[in-house]
Amino acid sequence: MRPTPNLLHRYANPGQFLRLAHALLPWLSSGAILFLVVGVIWGLFIAPADWQQGDTVRIMYVHVPMAWLASSCYLGLAICGVLSLVWRHPLADLAAIEIGPVGACAAALCLITGSLWGEPMWGTWWVWDARLTSMLVLFFLYLGHIALIRAFDEPARGQRAAAILALAGVIDLPIIKFSVQWWNTLHQPDSITLTGAPTMSMMMLWPLLITTIGFTLGVAAVIFTRLSAAIHESRARQLLARSRLDRRDSQVA
Amino acid sequence: MMHLPNHWPYIAASYALTLGCSVVLGLGAALRLRKSKARLAAVEGHARRRERSAS
Repeated sequence: MRPTPNLLHRYANPGQFLRLAHALLPWLSSGAILFLVVGVIWGLFIAPADWQQGDTVRIMYVHVPMAWLASSCYLGLAICGVLSLVWRHPLADLAAIEIGPVGACAAALCLITGSLWGEPMWGTWWVWDARLTSMLVLFFLYLGHIALIRAFDEPARGQRAAAILALAGVIDLPIIKFSVQWWNTLHQPDSITLTGAPTMSMMMLWPLLITTIGFTLGVAAVIFTRLSAAIHESRARQLLARSRLDRRDSQVA
Repeated sequence: MMHLPNHWPYIAASYALTLGCSVVLGLGAALRLRKSKARLAAVEGHARRRERSAS
């Protein structure tokens, strides 16, 4: 086993993590609510309609954050996989169990809102386009991870198999990102890139950024809450198991 | 701007689904944390009482 870097080592202690989560949760949840209220009102009622898409462009303010979160959560799963396989970080497997369903929800919502945009704009709910198909693959990877991590009687085996799946599946993330450049797709190319100026109006970019920050804070709050709950549940299980053993020992004596 | 048909049902469905799922996930996580804290407190209390009675 390799030595754990300092920062990881500090938060490998569940008690330390619970203290951090307790301090961060109020900020994350209130930030999420504030950004989402402003972003949703701006996106629905204040941002202008697109000259080609009309009001349907407003679906982008929920669709794009879900796509971003689906990819980010999967990257989180892969990082947990590395932490679990290389350093045996005690919280990495618990975090992977809790991130999986949240990421799957984001991927499903990305696909559904994309379909709800596609029907009026393209005239179809679904096409086997490279971007859509690679996002569907990501959703199936999430389902596989959720099933695999709970599939074995011995939890460590399931966690190890799921960590390997998370690492192997990470190849889908660059495929999703670059699919619109590598293939001729019906899905439009990226409007926001790290290197170039955005190709959309600032009146549309602001609500998009605000809803993206809001949903990101919200998902962080949900994951921190679920992980804190999982730590409490695990402690309760350990205490119960110990008290059962003590009772058995005293009966034998 | 060219005339476009009314697409608000699609928009409303997208927002309702996304925000609805977010609320369900958030409330579900909060309730689970509350329940797990209460359960841990009960188990810890029980263990403490057992230790006291054993000593």
